[in-house]
Amino acid sequence: MQIESQVIEIIAQQAMLDPADVTPDSTLSELGIDSMGVVESIFAIEETFDISVSFNANQPDASDFDISSVASIVAGIQRLKAEQG
Amino acid sequence: MKRVVITGAGTINALGLTVPATLAAMREGVCGIGPLEFRDVERLSIRIGGQVKGFDADTRYTRQQISLYDRFTQFTLAAAAEAIAQSGLTFSGALAEKSGVVLGTAGGGVSTWDDNYRAVYEEGKNRVHPFVVPKLMNNAAASHVSMEYNLRGPSFTVSTACASSNHAMAQAFAMIRSGMAPAMVTGGSESMLCFGGVKAWEGLRVMSRDACRPFSANRNGMVQGEGAGIFVFEEYEHARARGAEILCEVAGFAMSSDASDIVMPSRDGAARAMAGALEDAQINPQDVGYINAHGTGTAANDRTECAAVQDVFGPHAQKLMISSTKSMHGHLIGGTGAVELLACIMALRDGVIAPTIGYQQPDPDCALDVVPNETRDAKVSVVLTNTFAFGGMNAVIALRRV
Repeated sequence: MQIESQVIEIIAQQAMLDPADVTPDSTLSELGIDSMGVVESIFAIEETFDISVSFNANQPDASDFDISSVASIVAGIQRLKAEQG
Repeated sequence: MKRVVITGAGTINALGLTVPATLAAMREGVCGIGPLEFRDVERLSIRIGGQVKGFDADTRYTRQQISLYDRFTQFTLAAAAEAIAQSGLTFSGALAEKSGVVLGTAGGGVSTWDDNYRAVYEEGKNRVHPFVVPKLMNNAAASHVSMEYNLRGPSFTVSTACASSNHAMAQAFAMIRSGMAPAMVTGGSESMLCFGGVKAWEGLRVMSRDACRPFSANRNGMVQGEGAGIFVFEEYEHARARGAEILCEVAGFAMSSDASDIVMPSRDGAARAMAGALEDAQINPQDVGYINAHGTGTAANDRTECAAVQDVFGPHAQKLMISSTKSMHGHLIGGTGAVELLACIMALRDGVIAPTIGYQQPDPDCALDVVPNETRDAKVSVVLTNTFAFGGMNAVIALRRV
């Protein structure tokens, strides 16, 4: 759950919302986060969790890291952390 | 209003260390993009670029010169030597007093910043070379060209990211057209292919890891290049009176500002710059045979640029050719418009249209004749060259066969 609350914190900050207004089901697009906001969110996630997220803004759907919602981001982080061992 | 022609061209880029070598490579569709070679490259996730190879600064310049010449200045001086030699001009007397040098660069001496930050931060040194500031400043290249060739007139450096060169050349053109200067040395250069330079770009997540494929549906970003393109712009009667070889005429230009987003391109801003250049040059849209595209290979640029071409040219958009030579030499950022001007000269003078290489899949959002993969022989009398910068600053130049 700690990962989830940290992700909510990052996404809320990016969307300029109160963390209480961001839920696991929230999608970045419905929160109004644009492509630059997505790139900045990924940077914050990489720095916070010490992971490397593969993401190319030219092919946002090609990444195996699903950046679309809070829940999908949490799942992606858990997978990358598990791979790190 | 005076007419303005180009009487000299020079370059250093990943395709060649001279104009003839570069044009031969463009004609052959050579890819100058390959693995980057510099210190700490293994710490980058982006490891390809259009890096200049075989450029031996130590044999071209003295030790004292190298202590003052960042790589972007080295490229500039080499390209300027070629351009000015071709023009046959010697700057002295009244000609020297009125002729100047206007160049574009986005980053200036990036590798000088990089090397010296490394020295003080990473290596913990407390002393840097005394010439760090005059070496890295953005106007260093223009200043050294002015000193080398006695250019004593209006001289400065323009910095508008990826449009720097076109903004610079537009200024040089305007000065000659207005009668302010008889000749100008102009163009631009860039050298960001060092660890810090590429690391900064990597962060934006718009760079490709494998290739620059402008207009191709499977494109995945831009690839950076480096080098310089330098030209001698000259008043038409001045050039004719001395029997100079004229490469082409600079017919007009326009600049526009999107005033909307710091990185996303604007269809309207691009269209206004192209339409403005046609109007300034008093050219009918249907007379344009070729456009050298900005064509960065990013999802956003190529789609927006093609839509803007459609807006400006209407049905004629389907008849003209548009290619991006960035697929071959990479994106030279502040120097890119200058190197791409060479493809325009080749189109007008030689009737050879440089291809967009690496093209694999048609994209319905880029449904124009992008001259995929194969060079085309075609007689064209008017061309445009586009540059659209981060920050929404656009500059388009129109050129005509003489």
